[in-house]
Amino acid sequence: MYRYDEFDHSLVKERVEQFRGQVARRLDGDITEDEFKPIRLMNGLYLQLHAYMLRVAVPYGTLSSKQLRKLADIARKYDRGYGHFTTRQNLQYNWPALKDVPAILDELASVEMHCIQTSGNCIRNVTSDQYAGAAKDEVEDPRIISEVIRQWSTFHPEFSFLPRKFKIAVSGTEADRAAIKVHDIGIQIVTNDKGEVGYQVYVGGGLGRTPMIGKKIGDFVPKADLLAYLEAVMRVYNMNGRRDNLYKSRIKILVHEIGAEEMQRQVEEEFAEIRKTGALNLPQDEIDRIKAYFADPAFEDLSDDAAELDAAIAADKGFAHWVKNNTAAHKKPGYAIVNISLKPIGGTPGDCSADQMDAVAALAEKYSFDELRVTHEQNLTLAHVRKADLKAVYDALKAADLATANVNLITDQIACPGLDYCNLANARSIPIAQEISNRFADIERQHDIGELKINTSGCINACGHHHVGHIGILGVDKKGVEYYQVTLGGSADENTAIGDILGPAFTEQEIPDAIEKIVKIYLDTRQDGERFIDTYRRVGIQPFKENVYEAH
Amino acid sequence: MKLIKNGKFVEQDFVAVGADDALPDGAVIVPLERWEAERDSLITRNTPIGVKLESGQHPERIREDLDHFSVVALDFPIYRNGRAYSYARLLRDRYGYEGEVRAVGNVLQDQFYFMVRCGFDALEVQDKITPEVFEQSVGAFTYAYQPAADDRPTVMSLRHRLAARADEARAAAD
Repeated sequence: MYRYDEFDHSLVKERVEQFRGQVARRLDGDITEDEFKPIRLMNGLYLQLHAYMLRVAVPYGTLSSKQLRKLADIARKYDRGYGHFTTRQNLQYNWPALKDVPAILDELASVEMHCIQTSGNCIRNVTSDQYAGAAKDEVEDPRIISEVIRQWSTFHPEFSFLPRKFKIAVSGTEADRAAIKVHDIGIQIVTNDKGEVGYQVYVGGGLGRTPMIGKKIGDFVPKADLLAYLEAVMRVYNMNGRRDNLYKSRIKILVHEIGAEEMQRQVEEEFAEIRKTGALNLPQDEIDRIKAYFADPAFEDLSDDAAELDAAIAADKGFAHWVKNNTAAHKKPGYAIVNISLKPIGGTPGDCSADQMDAVAALAEKYSFDELRVTHEQNLTLAHVRKADLKAVYDALKAADLATANVNLITDQIACPGLDYCNLANARSIPIAQEISNRFADIERQHDIGELKINTSGCINACGHHHVGHIGILGVDKKGVEYYQVTLGGSADENTAIGDILGPAFTEQEIPDAIEKIVKIYLDTRQDGERFIDTYRRVGIQPFKENVYEAH
Repeated sequence: MKLIKNGKFVEQDFVAVGADDALPDGAVIVPLERWEAERDSLITRNTPIGVKLESGQHPERIREDLDHFSVVALDFPIYRNGRAYSYARLLRDRYGYEGEVRAVGNVLQDQFYFMVRCGFDALEVQDKITPEVFEQSVGAFTYAYQPAADDRPTVMSLRHRLAARADEARAAAD
C-alpha cells in the first residue's frame, strides 16, 4: 500500500488547518452559508436533506486495517455508528455536525486519509479495480498509475474549477471491473507489440441525464507521457467545455458536440506542446518508487488443491454457496479473492456498521496482508486470502452478518441514497432495492437466476448507475407520485452498454412484480449457460416489452 | 477594489475602459474587441496598454500582439468559471508573455493560491482583503505536487533531491 511521506503529510495537515479556520469563520457568522458553500464543497462536505454529509476519499478503493478501524471509530464517535460505501469507492458519513468536521479531518489525517476533492468541479478520487494485484490476467497493477494521478491532480491549480466534476478510472485487466467506459477519462493499461506497457485512453463516457460511452482517443500513450496526455485532455476541456448549462458541462457533451475525432485532434495538438516542455515527463525511477509500495505481499508457495476446503464445502451448504459466489480466482496458487457483500437481504446497499468495519479490519489484518478494497459496486474485497483460511473467514463474516452469498446476483444491487437522504432526488431508491431484495431472498433461486445486476437511481443524475444495470430502475416524480422507469440491457464492463427503456413506468407497488416478470421471461428464454445479459443481447427488448405489460 | 501586484498592495495604475467609453489620458485596459478594432490608433498613443479577455476569448487571439501589452487582464465572471487559469498558463508557459497577468472579476480569497500558481502576478480583489488574508491564502500549502507556471519545485523533484542527498551521505560514510 502507498504510505505518506513528509510531503503528503504536510499537504493534508495544511488543508485541515485551512478548513478549521474556514469552519470557525462560518460558525462565528463571519461568512454566510452561501459563501461557505464553495469552501465546504472543496472538502467533501455536502448539505443534504436533513444534515451535513461528509465524504471521505478512499484512493482507488484501497484501505489498510488501521484506516478501516479509524473509519469505524469516527462513525461511533461523530456519527450514528455506521458509514456508507459509495460507487466511487468512497465512504460517506450521513450525520456529522459541522463543528466536529475539523476534528474528524484531524482523525482521518492521523491515518493518512482526507476528504480532499471528493466534491466540487475538480478531478475526483481516481477509481480502480478491486482485484488489483490479485487478478490473473493483469498487465500491471492499476494502483501504481492511480497513485501517480492522485498526486498530480491534488490541488491542481489549473483544474480546480472545471466546468463540472471529473472522474477518472483505471483498469489493468481486459475484464473491466472499474467501469472505465462510463468515466470522463477511462484508462486501460495495455501492452503494445514491442512488449512495452502503456495506456489506452477513453474520454467522454458518463451517466447522468445524457449517458454516453467513452470514445477511445489515445491508442497507446507511453508511460512517461501519461500525465502530459491527461493535462492536455484537461486543458482542452477546461477551456472549451460548456459553462452555460449545468447539465451540458461534462466532457461527454463536449466530445459529443465536436466529435471524437476533433477532440482527439485538439488533445494531440495540446499534448505535443506540453510534451515539448518536458515538465510533466514521468521518469521511470518515480514510477518504480511508487511501484515498490504495491509490490506483492509475502505470498506463501502453496498448492492449489485444498482438501480441507473441499470437505468444508461438502459439509456446509451455506459455505458452499458463498465460496462459489463470493470468491474469485487469484493469480497465486492456494489463494482466493474474497468479496464481502454489503447487500444483506432487505438492507441498505453499501451501509456498514462500525462493528462490521472492525470485524472486516480484523479479518484483513489476520488473513489478507492487512489491507482491503472497496468496490464501485458498494461491496468490500479481501484480495489475498489463503484457500485454507476461507472457512475461518466465512465463519467470522457470518458472525458479523456479512456472509450474504449474493455478489453479482439479483440482490447485489447498486442504489443511490435517494429521497431518504438526498435533496436532488425525485424518488426513493433504498426502499425499492430493499423490496426487490426481500422478493428474491431465496439464495437457491438467486443462484439459479445467476448473474444479474439491478441498479437503482432516485433521479436522472444517475448516482445509482441505472443506465448500466442489466436491469436499471430510475425514480421519477409524476405530479407528486413516485414512479419507476425500467431499462434493460445496460452493462458497465468491457462490453459497456446503455440500457433500453422497457416502456411505461411502474408504481412502487408494481416494481417487484415487474422485475419478477422480467426474470421469468429470461428464465423461459435463456439457452444453456446464458446469463441475463447474454439472453437480452440475443433476443433484444421485444419479448420483454410484449410480456411484462400483458396483465396491465 | 484593491490591487495586489507581486504580493504588494498598490494603487490602481490602469483605467479599465468599456467598449464605448471615451479614452482617458494615461494607461488603459481595453476590451479585446476594442483592441481588434482600434489597434493602430491605440498603439500610437504611446501610453501603456492592457487588454482584457472575457471568458471564452482564447488568448490565441492576442498571441501576435503580446509585445504591445503591459497587462493582460483575464476575467472571472464567477469564481466557478476556471477557464482563465488555462489562459494564464498558455500566456506564461507557451507564449512566453512576461508582462503582467491580472485576475479581475469574481476573484475570491480561496482562489488566490491557484491563481498565483497559474501565473497571475496581479489580482484585483475585494476591499475586505488584507495583507494577512492574502499571505494566508497564497501560503496555504508549503508543497505542490504538480508543475505549473510558478517556479516551485514539485514534490517529485524534492523527493528525488532528498533521495540523492541520502545516497551521497551513504557513499561518504562508506
